[in-house]
Amino acid sequence: MDKQRRKFLKIAGVTALAGIGAPAVVKLTASPVLASSTGKTDAHGVQAEHGSGHGAESAPQGVRLGLLIDMRKLYGHPELLDKATAACNKVHNIPAIDSKKSEIKWIWKTPFANAFTDQTAYHSSKVTKENDFLVLCNHCDEPPCVRVCPTKATYIEKNTGIVSMDYHRCIGCRFCMMGCPYGARSFNWFDPRPYIKELNPDFPTRMRGVVEKCNFCGERLALGQEPACVEAVKEAGAIVFGDLNDPNSEIRQILDKEHTIQRQAALGTKPSVFYIV
Amino acid sequence: MYNKGTIIPGLIIFVLLVTFPLWFNAFSTASDVPKVELPPGGEKQCVAPAAEMRASHMVMLNEWRDEVLRDGKRTAVTVGGKEYRKGLQMACMECHTNKEKFCDSCHLYTSVKPYCWDCHLTPGQAKKETH
Repeated sequence: MDKQRRKFLKIAGVTALAGIGAPAVVKLTASPVLASSTGKTDAHGVQAEHGSGHGAESAPQGVRLGLLIDMRKLYGHPELLDKATAACNKVHNIPAIDSKKSEIKWIWKTPFANAFTDQTAYHSSKVTKENDFLVLCNHCDEPPCVRVCPTKATYIEKNTGIVSMDYHRCIGCRFCMMGCPYGARSFNWFDPRPYIKELNPDFPTRMRGVVEKCNFCGERLALGQEPACVEAVKEAGAIVFGDLNDPNSEIRQILDKEHTIQRQAALGTKPSVFYIV
Repeated sequence: MYNKGTIIPGLIIFVLLVTFPLWFNAFSTASDVPKVELPPGGEKQCVAPAAEMRASHMVMLNEWRDEVLRDGKRTAVTVGGKEYRKGLQMACMECHTNKEKFCDSCHLYTSVKPYCWDCHLTPGQAKKETH
């Protein structure tokens, strides 16, 4: 009896030592090739480089759709901004809710100080002071909303770079609204249907309890049409839509030529919406 | 046998009570398999045979949703020379225009409550102005 107990205690001791020591041994002998942190590229094939600054984006690959808003052509024409908003609202069944807390916005107008919070508005020009600016989801290349979404209801659509939403999957936690530095997301506090003036039969509405945002008119692009806002102000030629990664696209031609700014570029979200102010 | 007069009628009543669900269903029409309304427009063909659609339309709708939203594959499906855009509103409801007589009849019978129409519009809703 005594002998057996002695043997049991010996085996138990050795086993415990081996158990405690094993993780350290595995860690020391593991091959670095298997480590997951090396050779990582982001969704757009852009090598994740740190310290390269928010302005530098190296070796872009694939399509990354973007928008360029030439505000010079919109100054003094607030009706054009309203027209772009109205076109979007109509196409996407966006409700008109008269409350700052509950309103749903995909594209809207806002003063310079609200649109470009990191730019100084001190002694700004008359034009800057008096005009509203057109703002929408920036379809960032590094979207914070996508990082925080716990259900992957919002994601980067890999063929276009559009930051898209799957409303079937949204649980309404509103983390993305906290994450988005542009306020480009709205929450449906109640059933939006009674507030929709005219329903577009080809597009769904949203339901109570989901977050919604601009989708760069993914459904229209598939039909070969331009986004509704671009089409609405076509005659002014104020909004240009295209692939930021294609050096021959119209938007790239203008970006190469003109000085443009992005909203809150210093945050490192890499917005795909550019402004000429 | 003792108490034959009570035992035998009692047994008969017992058996009748126990089998009540069976013969009640046999004579009532409440549980008849619902007859769905065929497309009012007279379309005879769907994206898949009727039996397959009946059994797994929900799987197809989920696949379409994921293809359209996640993979950006919005190209229409062509079956028998006819193009169907991927989507509940854009394909299914184009022919099956009456949700109440088509979708609801089976969903009620099988007691499933899909949440499609929380967001998606039926042709009837899309037509009428809400304000």
